[in-house]
Amino acid sequence: MQLVQQILFVLISAVAIFLFIKKISEIRRNILLGKDADCSDNSAQRWRNVMLNAFGQKKMFKNPLVAVLHFFVYAGFIIINLEILEIILDGITGHHRLFSPALGSLYSTLIGCFEVLAFAVLVACVIFLARRHIVKIKRFNKGELLGGWPRSDANYILAFEIVLMSLFLIMNACDLNLQQLHAAHYVHTDAFWISQHIAPLFNGLSATTLTFIERFSWWAHIIGIFVFMNYLPYSKHLHVILAFPNAYYAKLDAKGKMSNMKDIQNEVLYMMQPELAPTSTDPNAAMKFGARDVTDLSWKNLMDAYSCTECGRCSASCPANETGKKLSPRKIMMDTRDRLDEVGKNINLNKEFKDDGKTLLHDYVTVEELRACTTCNACVEACPVSISPLDIIMQLRRNLVMEESNAPQEWNQMFGNIENNMAPWKFSPDDRDAWVHAS
Amino acid sequence: MNVRTYAEYQANNETPEILFWVGCAGSFDQRAQKVTKAFVDILNHVGIQFAILGKEEMCTGDPARRAGNEFLFQMMAYNNIQTMNMYAVKKIVTTCPHCFNTLKNEYPELGGNYEVISHAVYLQQLINDGKLKMKEGGEFKGTKITYHDSCYLGRANGVFEAPREVLQSLDAELIEMKRCKTNGLCCGAGGAQMFKEDEEGTSRVNWERTAEALETGAKVIASNCPFCLTMLTDGVKNKEKEDEVQVLDIAEMIARGIPNASL
Repeated sequence: MQLVQQILFVLISAVAIFLFIKKISEIRRNILLGKDADCSDNSAQRWRNVMLNAFGQKKMFKNPLVAVLHFFVYAGFIIINLEILEIILDGITGHHRLFSPALGSLYSTLIGCFEVLAFAVLVACVIFLARRHIVKIKRFNKGELLGGWPRSDANYILAFEIVLMSLFLIMNACDLNLQQLHAAHYVHTDAFWISQHIAPLFNGLSATTLTFIERFSWWAHIIGIFVFMNYLPYSKHLHVILAFPNAYYAKLDAKGKMSNMKDIQNEVLYMMQPELAPTSTDPNAAMKFGARDVTDLSWKNLMDAYSCTECGRCSASCPANETGKKLSPRKIMMDTRDRLDEVGKNINLNKEFKDDGKTLLHDYVTVEELRACTTCNACVEACPVSISPLDIIMQLRRNLVMEESNAPQEWNQMFGNIENNMAPWKFSPDDRDAWVHAS
Repeated sequence: MNVRTYAEYQANNETPEILFWVGCAGSFDQRAQKVTKAFVDILNHVGIQFAILGKEEMCTGDPARRAGNEFLFQMMAYNNIQTMNMYAVKKIVTTCPHCFNTLKNEYPELGGNYEVISHAVYLQQLINDGKLKMKEGGEFKGTKITYHDSCYLGRANGVFEAPREVLQSLDAELIEMKRCKTNGLCCGAGGAQMFKEDEEGTSRVNWERTAEALETGAKVIASNCPFCLTMLTDGVKNKEKEDEVQVLDIAEMIARGIPNASL
């Protein structure tokens, strides 16, 4: 019987890990559909950003209460993984609490710490659910988060964590009761800090019932973790992994610097100084300006899309969004991910991408959204996981203006003025220094 | 006004210490011209040898680039860099944070390498070095002032303290808005919005920002950007507070605080 359980456990683990790796490889492939971008310079500064923004969650601390709650969930997630190591080894070897004999009383202290964390995670998740559904924080109940999958996704994640933590605590509580009944296999430990207060709930139950509840919780907990792990790549919760590389590869230049378009720089240079133009040009090298679809964006833009937690701090700080315009930086990121997922599925189905007549621009992101951006960088500043919605907005705008000549009339006039008068307004360039002589 | 162009300096075989990049708004916009003149007054007051490019200056290309027209941006950048490299410009000061950002961050990889400094930081240096001393009991002594961070000096380039320190020298009472520094709210003009109508919405960005500024009870809204100046002035007019609240550039405020200024 024990051996059957061990074999079953190994099989479930193997399937879970296989499926997870398969899906993660698919996401990696999707991200690499993006254009090359070199984000590897100055690794010292990049590691600093990882420590500060990913491990340290610096941006979260703009709201200290939420930051502390989130930190519990995050620390819980990482540290409780140590306990999962024991659970997995128990599952494979058929032991119970493998580490207990070797660690002695330290073992109970460690489990006690895990329990405190688990309880903190549980409380934090309940508060987070309340913020979404009772306090109704605006950014969780707005625009692209009003209904459907994004809203359910958030609820599933929080509910999942609450259930997992509860199972962990119930499992330990039953264990303590079984220890007192001197049940076989249940090695003696000191009372665990949190579950000793839950244990009285199970007083009076028979050893068989307690063993059933304990075993059920144990299996449900570990299978739940495997299910959650496989849920991650389909969910906004993927940020628990991608926040780290995303912090590393984030732009280091001043926020105000826009990416240069080398092709156009050269085009202008050859026009002004024809002697510098290369003698042989590749006639097949068609230039494409800006981004029309996800594959025109850089891989960093695409990793941004998979890193997005849909928290909406970007849109809450966006001046356009605040004044009722259609633009929402969060929607830009969600659109990018949705479109990329669609392109990925298309590739899975057809071996290579088969034109589906759709593009990120127009089919997902509208012209009106793009035109509302003031390039103020508030969204970039607000993002806790180092995403730049602005970079995507600007590349789409470039496509709109340079490929489609799609600009509002006033912008076309402004372009004309700059071209003819060297200023965005219709003044004579001869009058540029007229202010010197005016009284 | 005592202003000479780079060409005039060169004709006399002289080299100015610094190029004052005036910008399109500073050159043509009537309101921004006052800021330009105030800043020239300050430069003349401290006796620095500065030059402008005059008719040779062109739009940096910022609004074109941010609207998506990279060709036009590259054209302007090429011409400006040619001009400045011809004069061997070393150091630039500018009263426009959009010009500042483009010159400082975007021209280097196009071949334009200069030390670029915003007028806010320049004024702070002049004050710290003791070259610029405010007269006692100036116009703004004890006045409630709120400072609006322009996006392109603030978030885009991380300049938050210098303009505030400059305002401190006026013995004014500085009150921060609810959203300031890294959290500052845009005036609504950036990203070439200055040159087009707002997209459809429930309000205007400059109205929102002005409301925040007025909430502080400040009598002066201080800014560092010609576009913010326009947007916030319009916002104050919209709230019909133009008789009670002034919107001023920090250079104008400093110019009013120095002895014998012409403004």
